[in-house]
Amino acid sequence: MPEHQITKVQELVYTTRVESVMAPDVVVLDPSMTMAEVKDVMQKKRISGAPVVEGDRILGIVSMTDVIAAMERGELDSLVTKSMTRDVKTVRKDASVIEVVNQVGRRGYSRLPVVDNDGRLVGIVTAGTMIRGLLHQMDASYHKKEAEKIQTYRASHIFDDIVSDDTSLVLRYIVDDKDFDNAGKASSNIKRSLQRLGMPPPIVRRVAVAVYEAEINLVIHTDVGGEITVDIRKERLRLSAVDHGPGIEDLHQVLQPGFSTAPQWIRDMGFGAGMGLANIKRCSDMMRLLSEPGGGTRLDIIFLVGDNAPGAKQQA
Amino acid sequence: MNIRELVEILSGRILLENHSLDLEIPRGGAADLMSDVLAFGTEGMVLMTGLTNPQVVRTSEMAGISVIVFVRDKTPAPETIEVAKEAGLTLINTGYTMYEACGRLFQAGLPGRGQVKITDNSW
Repeated sequence: MPEHQITKVQELVYTTRVESVMAPDVVVLDPSMTMAEVKDVMQKKRISGAPVVEGDRILGIVSMTDVIAAMERGELDSLVTKSMTRDVKTVRKDASVIEVVNQVGRRGYSRLPVVDNDGRLVGIVTAGTMIRGLLHQMDASYHKKEAEKIQTYRASHIFDDIVSDDTSLVLRYIVDDKDFDNAGKASSNIKRSLQRLGMPPPIVRRVAVAVYEAEINLVIHTDVGGEITVDIRKERLRLSAVDHGPGIEDLHQVLQPGFSTAPQWIRDMGFGAGMGLANIKRCSDMMRLLSEPGGGTRLDIIFLVGDNAPGAKQQA
Repeated sequence: MNIRELVEILSGRILLENHSLDLEIPRGGAADLMSDVLAFGTEGMVLMTGLTNPQVVRTSEMAGISVIVFVRDKTPAPETIEVAKEAGLTLINTGYTMYEACGRLFQAGLPGRGQVKITDNSW
């Protein structure tokens, strides 16, 4: 087995919680049952052991071995409480799977009841459920990674795969005004899309900060919301935030760091410090703000990518 | 300093775990002003803040911040945790004040960003 697969299993054993490898539907036995009844339950449910439970409390645990022993002694009519193991080793549902590996693998327990923080029985884990659970996790994380890789590959090659004299990709997002619960959602999606397109991380960061400031401005200052578009070309990215809101009275004033018209409730949320446009300017390679009172506002921001980027030559 | 050490130093509680606790945190910062977060936030940073609304998480996501520490034992609303789940951030809270939380981490060797001027254009 190649080394990296061993590490993946080891990692999963430590990072996976017991609750995701346990069987949640536990067959439980009542303390009033006889060993003969226990035997029937085990046969019918095809299990080789089960906890004995009264209310929320685990009284003991019985295995097939206990049933056979009772049978040999001719005590199948005796109560289950006589033959069960009383000292029950349990494991908490938020413990990591390594704990089960230690108990089952090293100490020889066949099954461990799983309990929540209050000690209530929530499941049972055996070597079988554990292995199935881990295999499922491996499969899931593999598929997730592969899918992400393929999507990123496809997206990042779009400019090479599409043949035209000039290819650009335009993303549009609608931003509602005063909808603070969703403020930033467009920016979050734009950031993720750019990452998927394979944009260099420093550019992604600058765009993310700028578009987020612009989106927050739409939420706070327009009465009608607005639209954000991102026009992506191989060598540059243009971001526009357009609204048909009240417009801006004094364009020079709003560009001053610290100037803000945001109301108190916005400031209470940590916004409205008057740094938005300054932040955008700092992040971008070019910024243009067009507005007049009553005529809406348009903010264009340009980022240069690749060889055109101002930082590119310095870094090289 | 990794996340595990950070939680220990702050006697903190992990509210949402989205990173390995062994993840190295390169530097820290503190702010209640979201524009400050956007101005000095860098990739992988830990942010100390007294605000618990969902926008703190969104802002941090945009600035590339990985871990948020809520000071004075403030617990964020379920909406905030929901946004953090989606954005892949780790959330911690601590009983210390903002000043002391920062002081403890700085003393333990976690650097900040140095001087960040308003007109700073370097990334």
